[in-house]
Amino acid sequence: MLKFTEEHEWLRKDGDTVTVGITAHAAEQLGDLVFVELPEPDTDVSKDDEVVVIESVKAASDILAPLDGTITEVNEAVVDNPTLVNEDPMEGGWFFRMTLSDPSEMDGLLDEEAYRKLIE
Amino acid sequence: MASESELKVTPLHGLHVELGARMVPFAGYDMPVQYPMGVMKEHLHTRAAAGLFDVSHMGQVELHPKSGDVADAALALETLVPADILALKPGRQRYALFTAADGGILDDLMVANMGDHLFLVVNAACKVQDIAHLRAHLSDTCDIRVRDDRALIALQGPGAEAALAAVGADISDMVFMDVRQLEVKGTGWTVARAGYTGEDGFELSVPADQAERIARNLLAQDGVAPIGLGARDSLRLEAGLCLYGHDIDTGTSAAEGALLWSIQKSRRPGGNRAGGFPGADTLFAQMADGPSRLRVGLKPEGRAPVREGTALFASTDADAPQIGSVTSGGFGPSVEGPVAMGYVPADLAATGTEIFAELRGKRVPMRVADLPFITPTYKRK
Repeated sequence: MLKFTEEHEWLRKDGDTVTVGITAHAAEQLGDLVFVELPEPDTDVSKDDEVVVIESVKAASDILAPLDGTITEVNEAVVDNPTLVNEDPMEGGWFFRMTLSDPSEMDGLLDEEAYRKLIE
Repeated sequence: MASESELKVTPLHGLHVELGARMVPFAGYDMPVQYPMGVMKEHLHTRAAAGLFDVSHMGQVELHPKSGDVADAALALETLVPADILALKPGRQRYALFTAADGGILDDLMVANMGDHLFLVVNAACKVQDIAHLRAHLSDTCDIRVRDDRALIALQGPGAEAALAAVGADISDMVFMDVRQLEVKGTGWTVARAGYTGEDGFELSVPADQAERIARNLLAQDGVAPIGLGARDSLRLEAGLCLYGHDIDTGTSAAEGALLWSIQKSRRPGGNRAGGFPGADTLFAQMADGPSRLRVGLKPEGRAPVREGTALFASTDADAPQIGSVTSGGFGPSVEGPVAMGYVPADLAATGTEIFAELRGKRVPMRVADLPFITPTYKRK
């Protein structure tokens, strides 16, 4: 299942684990990323907590936790090479994986068509 | 901020849009911040090949001496700037500052001696007040002509000379800070071998109605790509060059801004034309005592960019007072890390001094660094 938020994040559910990144649209708007700071694994987060700091050539932005849950894994590859987020935002440029406190909450997020309408 | 409908456009506006630029308001103009290549690649491309920048928003002003003797225009301009203009030889240009009565800086500019007149290039955001300033003080001695019929194109990088040669501009014997009027295929250009990137390069003042044709012709040459304001800013920051309104302004003096190199001996205490510019007494007192703070390069440790406005501290103690701020900062693509400039107390301005920037509640260490961050490739004699 692939879902989106109005904050331009994507969430891909695979079993109990949800992988989170930013959309190609967001990556393009931000411009080349030069810095990514990720949370520690095993951190409990609440929806809208600032969990990731990203900086592009232009400005700093925060990535918010899309839902309540626990961070289980982070993608060190984007810390070493932030432009990976621009080059491959939907696959290799993911930020973190998490388990959700209430997996059903994911149903309330935007589907691909709704997200596409949002950015039109 | 002016609404989009009030924004002015340069003669290259249509070309920027056609090339897919992202346009932003800048100093009252609708300007390209980046093209599809993106800021990082545009920056690296300029240092590796050649970048074409539209800087037509900047002000181009000629000072024609009423006496017919360019020395009279030079002496008149020296009443507003601390640089030695009289000693500037025909075909040469130099960096200068418009100073205020309290020693602050009203704008920075380039002044060229064109033989029978002076040619000034001033910042876009300051040009209205600069021109008013010139008219208020120099109208008795000079005929002041604003050349808004001219566009200004910068071509910067190691491939710039070859690209210009390929379009018929004979500039290979020019060196850094030379200025020349030449005719290229029937069009009058004024070319300066200078720029704002730290690279060898040129600034081309050309007729506005020919600018798009000339830009297209240059972009058709090997290795020439259009570059936006985003990369222009990171290039000049790596080159240690000031951005007016950020690194220098009415609240900073030439001494604090580490720009005393732009004041030649003749205009300093003991020189044969010492002083005679606004704020000279204040500036000379600062030079004698040493300024209390200085603009320095700052190299953050780690990868996080430290941006304009970030507070600086001498230690990680929570109760340590703020000692200064960052005035320009970001990521340097050629340095492959963050770079910044800012003001620190003079006793903390030595290269290598550890300073801390407050970033998202944390004190991030940085070191005072020599400027520029890159090795310039200006073509010297």
